[in-house]
Amino acid sequence: MLDIKNLHAEVEGQPILKGIDLQIPTGEVHAIMGPNGSGKSTLASILAGREDYEITAGSVDYSGKSLLDLDASERACEGIFLGFQYPVEIPGVSNLYLLRAAVNARRAYRGESEIDAMDFMKQVQTTVEQVGMSMEMAKRGVNEGFSGGEKKRNEIFQMLLLEPRLAILDETDSGLDIDALKTVAKGINHLRSPDRSTVLVTHYKRLLEHVVPDRIHVLAGGRMVRSGGPELADELERYGYAGLEDEAQQASAVS
Amino acid sequence: MAATTEDVETLVADRGYAAGFVTDLEQDTVPPGLNEDVIRFISNKKNEPQWMLDWRLEAYRQWMTMTHPTWPHIHHEPIDYQAISYYSAPKSHEDKPDSLDDVDPKLLETYEKLGIPLKEQEVLAGVKGSENVAVDAVFDSVSVATTFKDKLAEAGVIFCSISEAIQEYPEIVKKHIGSVVPRGDNYFASLNSAVFTDGSFVYIPEGVTCPMELSTYFRINAENTGQFERTLIIAEKGSHVSYLEGCTAPQRDENQLHAAVVELIAEEDAEIKYSTVQNWYPGDENGKGGIYNFVTKRGDCRGDRSKISWTQVETGSAVTWKYPSCVLNGDNSVGEFYSVAVTRGMQQADTGTKMIHVGKNTKSTIIAKGISAAQGEQSYRGLVKVVPSASNARNFTQCDSLLIGDRCGAHTFPYVESKNSTAKLEHEATTSKIGEDQMFYCQQRGLSEEDAVNMIVNGFCKEVFNELPMEFAVEAQKLLNVTLENAVG
Repeated sequence: MLDIKNLHAEVEGQPILKGIDLQIPTGEVHAIMGPNGSGKSTLASILAGREDYEITAGSVDYSGKSLLDLDASERACEGIFLGFQYPVEIPGVSNLYLLRAAVNARRAYRGESEIDAMDFMKQVQTTVEQVGMSMEMAKRGVNEGFSGGEKKRNEIFQMLLLEPRLAILDETDSGLDIDALKTVAKGINHLRSPDRSTVLVTHYKRLLEHVVPDRIHVLAGGRMVRSGGPELADELERYGYAGLEDEAQQASAVS
Repeated sequence: MAATTEDVETLVADRGYAAGFVTDLEQDTVPPGLNEDVIRFISNKKNEPQWMLDWRLEAYRQWMTMTHPTWPHIHHEPIDYQAISYYSAPKSHEDKPDSLDDVDPKLLETYEKLGIPLKEQEVLAGVKGSENVAVDAVFDSVSVATTFKDKLAEAGVIFCSISEAIQEYPEIVKKHIGSVVPRGDNYFASLNSAVFTDGSFVYIPEGVTCPMELSTYFRINAENTGQFERTLIIAEKGSHVSYLEGCTAPQRDENQLHAAVVELIAEEDAEIKYSTVQNWYPGDENGKGGIYNFVTKRGDCRGDRSKISWTQVETGSAVTWKYPSCVLNGDNSVGEFYSVAVTRGMQQADTGTKMIHVGKNTKSTIIAKGISAAQGEQSYRGLVKVVPSASNARNFTQCDSLLIGDRCGAHTFPYVESKNSTAKLEHEATTSKIGEDQMFYCQQRGLSEEDAVNMIVNGFCKEVFNELPMEFAVEAQKLLNVTLENAVG
């Protein structure tokens, strides 16, 4: 589904990603872990089409298309969903209004007619129950006055409604109490299927106990320094990232 | 049909001869310039009673002693008041475009997007020969207006042009005109008082709730009467009225100066809701042309428990100078101001409101939303004044500015004067840029850049749109989207 080759990116002349290689096969869930400032969120943003970064080298293939040639809304319509680390508030715009526009943008992209209002509300009803959100909250302004946990829950709600082919969740687990974490995990697992893929960006092993990934990759200093099975999480939990950062520094000294 | 024809005639015909000024309809223009003779001519032309002429002349003499205000945060070429023609002046045939082909294509594009039928586009753009269409349109709307007129008459509501009111209801007009905006109030109000050519008159008798929304749409003004409009609305005890002003189609209009006066009077327990959608020609992107809009709008909550509410969506004009205000004289009276103002291109606006608390327990709310894009410059200027008699006065002010791009400007000039220690005044102000984060969030969900801007802006304006009558709110939203097209990037 996703094939990243030698991806280099910088912001204001400052290199952040220094040659990322990563393959996410269809139907798999991969976790990207790593210390603060390693470039995890940058990678997630770049994949979703944020334009604040300069791509200096490399390529990203998404189901046979060159991802970097598409803008953010085209990528969304192609089935990429980014669960934001800090979901922004959009005052006065109701959640459902945004979501309906999002659903219709996808349909228009595929040359389909707009969704029937009743059908849409039915989907909303089902999804709201799935993530334990109230209908009132679904109708409120986008993230307006939401707590940190509510914002994350709202991201999962949107994800489930939009049914992406590739979901990239940027620290969706941070700042959640255990119940909210379970809901979020349930949502991610619900979407797990042979024709979808998920990338979980996270600091902690906690989420991975509820959503067991097929692969774990460790990003440090702008490079992938380790890859392994789900057991890698235990190792990281035990020894921390310190050793890996040293590895990254050595690697960058060599290059 | 006969009645309709008569109505049209009253709308377009000149009202009899004026001694010394023998004119026919074709040459119904006074040469540019302003002096007492011109005012006499206007008054004569309208067959006005002596008191009205005297009032105009007095206003003119006051105006002569006044100077153009320099305090607004706007810049424009000085206005040559002697270069303006002050009577109706239907545009000469030669000046008009021959067909829509000769009209600025950008203007037509906008008409297209607003879904205005071709015929109406011709009228709006002032194409030669489209006068017939205009008459048709007048026919249509007059017949519509007549049906409504019956219904209104049944309820005892008077809704007519101010010229007609001066003829038919001189006592009411004489009693109220200038009682809210005195003829010497300010430079532009004085000018208007001297030379106003037409406008609307509304009278709602005691205890009556006007059976429908009153709209200037039903009373299409003859071409060019908009320049110095004067509107007077009187709501007697316990009456209610909602009045809509404006047209959402951008008018091609070469008149540089518009100086209107609107006076509202609400007696005990009466309620007036006044909504405006203003989209006068803003000039081109280089700041050439466009309307200078200097308007004085004021409401007097004269009676106890009365309420006046101003709602406006302003997207047009090159220069806007406008402060719809409420004087809260009655105890427990309520004043409201909800505004969305957009400046883009080279547009400038210095706008806001005044809430003057005089009565006890008076309450006012101000929600002002300013949007600036391209090189638009916008200032919010508001006064909240509490005089010593206004015990327990309350005001809540919220003014928010939204900036699109980095070449526009937003300024806030709030004035607060409180002479009563029991008053409670709250002021909130925010300035934000359309956040890249917000844009990216919407785009990541699949929206195009254009749709993302529209959604964010409409959300920003929601509190004001909620105050507009339903059909107006939809048009306002559409208008805003068209106005801000290509504003980003």
